[in-house]
Amino acid sequence: MSLATDPYNLIVCGVGGQGNILIARLIGRILANNGYYLAIGETFGAAQRGGSVFSSLRISKTRTYGPLIPNGAANLIVSLEPLETLRMLSNFGNEKVVTISNTQTTMPVGVLAGRNEYPTEEKLRGAIEELSQRALFVPATDIAVELGAPIVSNIVLLGALLGAKLLPISEEEVKEDMRSTFPAGKLELNYQALQRGIDTVA
Amino acid sequence: MSDQKSKTAETEKVFLLGNEALVRGALEAGVNYASAYPGTPSSEIIERLSRVAKERHLHVEWSSNEKVACEGAAAAAVAGLNSLSAMKNAGLAVALDFLTHASLTGLGDQGGSLVVVVCDDPDAHSSGDETDSRWQARFAYAPMLEPTSVNEAREMIRYCFDLSREYGCYVFLRSYTRLSHGSSIVELGPLPEATVGQAHPDCNAAVNPYLGKVHHQLALDRLDKIKEVFEASKFNQHFGPEDAELLVIASGNGLSCGQEALDMLGLQNEVGVLKLATLWPFPVELVRKHAKTAKKILILEEVDPVVEVLVKDALNGTEAAQVQVLGKESGHVPMGGEITPDRALDALCKITGKIYQGPSEAYQAKLKEVTEDILISRGLTWCPGCPHRGSFWALDKAIKAEGGEVFVTGDIGCYTLDVFPEGKCQMNMLHAMGSSIGLSAGLGQMHKFGWDKPVISICGDSTFYHAVLPGLVSAIYNQSNLIHVVLDNDATAMTGFQAHAGVGYNAVGDDAPRIDVVKLCEALGVPVTVADPFDLRGTTKALRELIAQKEGVRILVLRRTCELVRMKAEKTKPHKVVVNQDKCKGEECGTCYSKFRCPALLKDPETGKASIREDACPGCGVCASVCPFKAIEIQEVAK
Repeated sequence: MSLATDPYNLIVCGVGGQGNILIARLIGRILANNGYYLAIGETFGAAQRGGSVFSSLRISKTRTYGPLIPNGAANLIVSLEPLETLRMLSNFGNEKVVTISNTQTTMPVGVLAGRNEYPTEEKLRGAIEELSQRALFVPATDIAVELGAPIVSNIVLLGALLGAKLLPISEEEVKEDMRSTFPAGKLELNYQALQRGIDTVA
Repeated sequence: MSDQKSKTAETEKVFLLGNEALVRGALEAGVNYASAYPGTPSSEIIERLSRVAKERHLHVEWSSNEKVACEGAAAAAVAGLNSLSAMKNAGLAVALDFLTHASLTGLGDQGGSLVVVVCDDPDAHSSGDETDSRWQARFAYAPMLEPTSVNEAREMIRYCFDLSREYGCYVFLRSYTRLSHGSSIVELGPLPEATVGQAHPDCNAAVNPYLGKVHHQLALDRLDKIKEVFEASKFNQHFGPEDAELLVIASGNGLSCGQEALDMLGLQNEVGVLKLATLWPFPVELVRKHAKTAKKILILEEVDPVVEVLVKDALNGTEAAQVQVLGKESGHVPMGGEITPDRALDALCKITGKIYQGPSEAYQAKLKEVTEDILISRGLTWCPGCPHRGSFWALDKAIKAEGGEVFVTGDIGCYTLDVFPEGKCQMNMLHAMGSSIGLSAGLGQMHKFGWDKPVISICGDSTFYHAVLPGLVSAIYNQSNLIHVVLDNDATAMTGFQAHAGVGYNAVGDDAPRIDVVKLCEALGVPVTVADPFDLRGTTKALRELIAQKEGVRILVLRRTCELVRMKAEKTKPHKVVVNQDKCKGEECGTCYSKFRCPALLKDPETGKASIREDACPGCGVCASVCPFKAIEIQEVAK
């Protein structure tokens, strides 16, 4: 499988603490092992507590690109929170972009404080669909809660990304990376989360 | 994790974070001593070094502040070792008093080296400001280099150690968020054998600046020599046609942004690119040489027009003086902020008249239409279970009881989030590390000028050791009237839970003396009160009692471990928290979700009643004491 375009621009986004960096780097390591040139741009640090966070991945067969994606130039957005999908679309969206979004919402504190209103599911979903060539919605957190570990929502979503067959990485490569980077005791749970994610798309 | 790969040379290319690439390069250069105070985006440098400290026989420490860190590292260099200090832009300002002297005197003649890594934060992603450290190299008479990519960072820091050793002066390596926190593939060099460095300071040495004029001239002479080296440096490179009419001069992240923008406009074969990595002393001849055939020069850099000013200066009075130098000062690139591919595109389009076709107008119109009403912002806030939410809740109550007439000064840490819209917005003034107490000490003298309202300053535990202690001593000595609150959460939480003098262990995880905030303050001879910030009523009461005392310095230590640190250690929720839907008054009240605003609280869009988001709630249970109707119930969880 090869890249749809070169460079291929992937965004992994969510709310601080959801684990977007973990899956972005995992994807990065595998692609680097597979001979792709790669750069990831991130902002992290506690200033992101509860705020919007995203990693940008620049993937190429020919050279190392800079870490920042030009406006309107994302190919794929993988998002742990649907409002964040929309936020990324507003900066990086275009006619051909594909989005994969977790359905679980995380309320901004401004909503709890009564200053803002979070969009209805129908409106938010409609907007994402309207702005994506293809929009997938995955109940990643629901599945993770079923597995008894909300923390693996990101791995369920990673599974959905594998299932959608949009990147030149395989399930076996992901598991291999997990074996060398995750604690042994957590592997089985993460394998399950990955499989459940794959199943949502297959 | 990827950093584990940095320990071995088996793989030639590995995927590393920019800060990990710097660590790798430092290890390849044989670093022996490394010290820093944490600060985003620099913190991972010392963190990663600490993980290999024992096997590589390194001394790695979290120092109390950046000045102390640089002094320790410089001393190691004077003793003949290879040393490193790392800091964020704000930290450099703290260290500069020492560093300005250190570049005058040099590092002695024992063959040691010192590289000072300063990580700027253009766009201030995780900082109070985006101060551009590049100006400081000239100010401090110190050489400075800046990598353009993660891969180059490894090689460049190695070179900086060599340069430092050869010229007997410390060398700045300037990083920035997109480098330090970017990841890419790095080609590794060989690691030297792990040996114990041998210190040999010269006990007859005279490394001091008191021959001021002489040293000044020596520093200038040294820079002259280094300038000649930089004129021919392999880190400065020219790409594209030599005789182009348009030349792009790019530093740091400006290079990748510029090259991408040129590709997007199909200009890569028409425009020359000069990559400038040696920022100070500035390679004047190199710039003049490449400017000869150019009619226009576009400078791509971040934050301030540093290179732009230096290029103009270099061309002034030469035959290239007629070349138009474009960039921030000409308005082609906005002043301040990061350089991005879009900023580079925009500038190139303005200059060449080319047009870049992004997403269609129809798409952009649709985007505006469907996002306009619903794309709400996501403000920063404290984590669920954060002790600061309790501290500021109690502070709010105490200040309201005083009729709001209290002046509050803040400091730098997670509690800084108070000033954001989702905080409690209690801090009236907020500046640098340690400024809380300096400011309150001044305000605490205003009773002499007709104003005697209560003054409260707030800092965290790590900040207390960093820069509050001298201010506190000064305030006590000068008999200011103030209450100083230390939010002691057992961590340098904001930058990622690094160790500090109060936690009882050190950077490499060994037991260390625990310097207790309470005992230290008591030894200063002032009254110290200790409270748990989740005892909301008790904390409010303590504050009110301290306010009532009116005179002298009074200290309140609010002690509760950072929830993220606690959860990592204990891995359990202490309570199950539920909202009794019969007792909850919904929007009529809304105290918990609209005022206390823990992100684990939910509001039912239909009924307005509160509930708990199971996957986010850490089970601290403090919300139960916030509810006026006792609707939030907590049940102990069996351990």
